Amino acid sequence: MSSIFDKFAPLQEQHASLTALGRSPADIEFQEIISPTEATLNGKRTILMGTNNYLGLTFDAEAVDAAIESLRTEGTGTTGSRIANGSYDGHKELEKELAEFYGMRSAILFSTGYQANLGAIAALAGRDDYLLIDADSHASIYDACRLSDAQVIRFRHNDPQNLARKLERLEGTSGSKLIVVESIYSMLGDMAPLKEFIEIKKKYGAYLLIDEAHSLGVMGAQGRGLCEQTGLEDDVDFITGTFSKSIGTVGGFLVSNLPGLDIVRFVSRPYMFTASPPPSVVASARKTLSRIAGATDLRKKLWDNAAQLYNGLKAAGFELGPTLSPIVAIRLSDPEKAIALWNGLLDAGIYTNLALPPATPFGWYLLRSSISAAHTPEQIALAVDVCTRIGKELGLITLSNSKKAEAEDMQVNGAKTLNGASEKRPFSTSESESAAPTRAGAPVARA
Amino acid sequence: MNGAEAVMLEIQTHLRARAGESAIIGPDTNITRDLGLDSLAIMDFIFDLEDSFDISIPMERIAEVQTLADLAKAIEVLQKEAA
Repeated sequence: MSSIFDKFAPLQEQHASLTALGRSPADIEFQEIISPTEATLNGKRTILMGTNNYLGLTFDAEAVDAAIESLRTEGTGTTGSRIANGSYDGHKELEKELAEFYGMRSAILFSTGYQANLGAIAALAGRDDYLLIDADSHASIYDACRLSDAQVIRFRHNDPQNLARKLERLEGTSGSKLIVVESIYSMLGDMAPLKEFIEIKKKYGAYLLIDEAHSLGVMGAQGRGLCEQTGLEDDVDFITGTFSKSIGTVGGFLVSNLPGLDIVRFVSRPYMFTASPPPSVVASARKTLSRIAGATDLRKKLWDNAAQLYNGLKAAGFELGPTLSPIVAIRLSDPEKAIALWNGLLDAGIYTNLALPPATPFGWYLLRSSISAAHTPEQIALAVDVCTRIGKELGLITLSNSKKAEAEDMQVNGAKTLNGASEKRPFSTSESESAAPTRAGAPVARA
Repeated sequence: MNGAEAVMLEIQTHLRARAGESAIIGPDTNITRDLGLDSLAIMDFIFDLEDSFDISIPMERIAEVQTLADLAKAIEVLQKEAA
């Protein structure tokens, strides 16, 4: 007799083949979370290098205390949506604080970052409207498109000309056009060419929504993200974001300076038909958000750490994403070697993410790490050393690769810093320094 | 050669560039099942067609397409809508 699960046979085979080669990413289980950068995995103390915990604030004492206090005074959950059950003070306060943080008129809280994109995009773009999304968009953006009644047109990843051509073809149509991009793309860590996108948005009278999930707390002098760092906040219509990365908890939001945003609360199904964030989550998010603007030292540490890892791996001869960012991904084309490298790192006590096609650009197998301000230089040096050793054993890197990488760096950047490689740092602590991030553009080469 | 044939020929040219010269490509070829192309390769193939025909192919239209004949028909409709 056939089973309802038969259609998943290819997926089950992939899972089984990963397990046969060591472990499956889906089966990773941490027993004890020791700190933002360490946990035990099958009893072994392991360095966490794939958690998106950019500022390392998951154990922030004040955030933990605020959550505990809220648990005691407000209970464990809201047991319903804000539309049906009403709002708690914390929901309203956090929305006010988000709006103030971004210097925008309004903010709307969602229960997760996924739901923020789903709820914002599906509500904003309705029947007769057009959604123009980057081809490398996160699943939450693609799912929002399925929930929306708008026509959905994709443009090539980080390609302003392709977007312009698509908007040009829509000239004369009456619906609103909403462009959706991400600040930092989660797989390779490359960044949107925001200035060019904004020029196009203005030319064609479109709206622009940017998901700052991976840049909140990470970019900009005050930590507001790519829009702040590029000085383009006034030109962006909507920002979405998440509390599950730098903020260290869970939840999402939509902010905008446009009057009338609150109507989204009455049309956004992912806002209306799910339980609102628990008070303890709201309490810790508020506490951590209040720290972001002043967390200059943590941001500097984060970018120093990212540079140490990126430049270290590049000098060793690995092929990485096109831009230095806290997401450092090793690009591999051989699945078995990618899986072997990932397992080898785990055996050595280093946890990274293994990302497989089709979730990755160009069918690459990615060993993805996300760096934290809480990592120590010793932890990163160890990760580079272990990666390099296993990479050599697997024939992933050779001496000529490593020399070539070094030569390219010298040619492009002139100076040598950490580990003999160059240092390009998009984050600057001084306002007098250039605020423009390294232009990501399209990934360097097609596989 | 009429318009429909020209569209099919253009589609086949782009598809051979991605699926290989030896790929058996006809009107009944199922794009996702028969060619060994993953979703990313199909997305790039659609981008090629958009450039080539100077049209945008909305995602909901692609969702309705199974065979190359379906695709050719969708492109013809989009061309007429754009004209």
